[in-house]
Amino acid sequence: MKAVEIDTISKVYPDGTKALNNVSFSVEKGEAVVLLGHNGSGKSTLFRSITSFEQPTSGEIRIDGITITGLKKRKLRPIRKKIGMVFQHFNLINNLSVFQNVLFGALGQTKFTFQTYSPFASKELRMKAMECLSRVGLTHLAKRRADQLSGGQQQRVAIARMLMQDPEIVLADEPIASLDPKAGREVMDLLWEIVRERGLTVVCILHQMDIAKEYGNRIVALKSGNVVLDSTIHALNDKFIKELYEKEVNEEGDEESIKVDVKKVGVL
Amino acid sequence: MNSELAVKERKASSWDKDMPSRWKRPSLVTWILSIVFISFMISGLHNANVSVDRLFGGMINMGNFVGNAFPPDTSRIDFIFRSIILTFEMALVGTFFGVLLSLPIALLASSNTTPHPAIKHATRSIVSMMRTIPDLIWALIFVISVGLGPLAGILTIIVDTIGFCARFFSERIEEIDKGPAQALESTGASRFGIISGSIIPIGFPSFVGTSLFAVEKAIRSAVILGLVGAGGIGVELSTAMSLRRFDEALMIIILILVVVLVVEQISSQIRKKVI
Repeated sequence: MKAVEIDTISKVYPDGTKALNNVSFSVEKGEAVVLLGHNGSGKSTLFRSITSFEQPTSGEIRIDGITITGLKKRKLRPIRKKIGMVFQHFNLINNLSVFQNVLFGALGQTKFTFQTYSPFASKELRMKAMECLSRVGLTHLAKRRADQLSGGQQQRVAIARMLMQDPEIVLADEPIASLDPKAGREVMDLLWEIVRERGLTVVCILHQMDIAKEYGNRIVALKSGNVVLDSTIHALNDKFIKELYEKEVNEEGDEESIKVDVKKVGVL
Repeated sequence: MNSELAVKERKASSWDKDMPSRWKRPSLVTWILSIVFISFMISGLHNANVSVDRLFGGMINMGNFVGNAFPPDTSRIDFIFRSIILTFEMALVGTFFGVLLSLPIALLASSNTTPHPAIKHATRSIVSMMRTIPDLIWALIFVISVGLGPLAGILTIIVDTIGFCARFFSERIEEIDKGPAQALESTGASRFGIISGSIIPIGFPSFVGTSLFAVEKAIRSAVILGLVGAGGIGVELSTAMSLRRFDEALMIIILILVVVLVVEQISSQIRKKVI
């Protein structure tokens, strides 16, 4: 059974920028895929298409066999409920308590919105929020305001909020890009632990090859809107990864050196 | 870019043409605007009939007023005080309902929360109309529709508050980072869930700050509204002035000053706490 199917997706922005070019791949249930790419590779656009925050120009995306492209917002809601998201910038509501932030993970499940407000939430829901917080080891910070926490802690709260949703699929958009290496590793370990123990499907965007290799059992690499690599990690030739990675670095490096030359001459 | 260009610089003697001159000739628009401005200034001063005589006479009259106003008349202080409290209540009630109505209006008027762009434009024009028409004119309109008294004043303040708050609420709402809202949207939350769970709590400190400004503004305006019969202390002040009971007028002015200052102090203390 396929959890996520990306079927020849293309995206052209109104200004003519081609962000995605016939991208296709699918993710099996319970599989962990790392989506790799540099800035401007189209990975964010792809991600935003999977989450329906953006509509692709052509092609189709299916979640559990249901086509989500072109779906009305109201019909999207039951599908969104199944997809838990983790963002680069955590996206917590900063001036609310950690506890309330986690409770909001249940917004898609309660009949009325107020049932997720801490004062009115049912005892079961409040207990569940604490359970989710305890899974990320932050029960002692439940009363704090979200913005009083460190970056790593905030991302763990965001993971707890995601757990509150009981998702089947987890999408993570550069979950550790705004964290320092140590906190980043802790968050990645925690996320992967949780995902494994619950048998969730994961699509995780990363831009660091070394971390991608450690966590994903499959890597899909994007470059200027095209899939340039789709392979299980075991079948991957280390040298090939290195080449792909270094080539991109070099391309950027060249640009840098041109700018420096111009500055030396004094025209700029 | 060609690097050879930079090296071949011309001699200093040929710079004249490229160096900006000290002064620039004003453009035609500048000329026209200056002439229009100056003629309005001259005509305005002329129409005001400014003369040394009148200014001098004015000073004497002013001295007269001050002389008669001191000491302020405290005989009716309890009545005046009650009237000021009524004015304050008018401002408070008006601001409360104004703020309450401003929130949904601001949500309709903000590009990131409006259900449709047409609704956004419609609400925005209504709000800016509420703001551009001065409160005294609103008061006149409400006095003829609901009659003299505090109700007309309250309605005026509601309209005035919406014109002020809905605009600033909406500006704040449009500045809000869309990340948290998307995070809630991705849980499958309804539109109401997204707005009440992210937009409103994030904007809340700013909404409170704006509302406190609105209270201060409303008190100042409630004082004046009495002049056109829309309730409050303004009626008493205007009566005292026309009966030339300057000592009582001064008492009213002092009490107004005290109330306004106290409210401003309290509101700035609350603002510091919230923001």
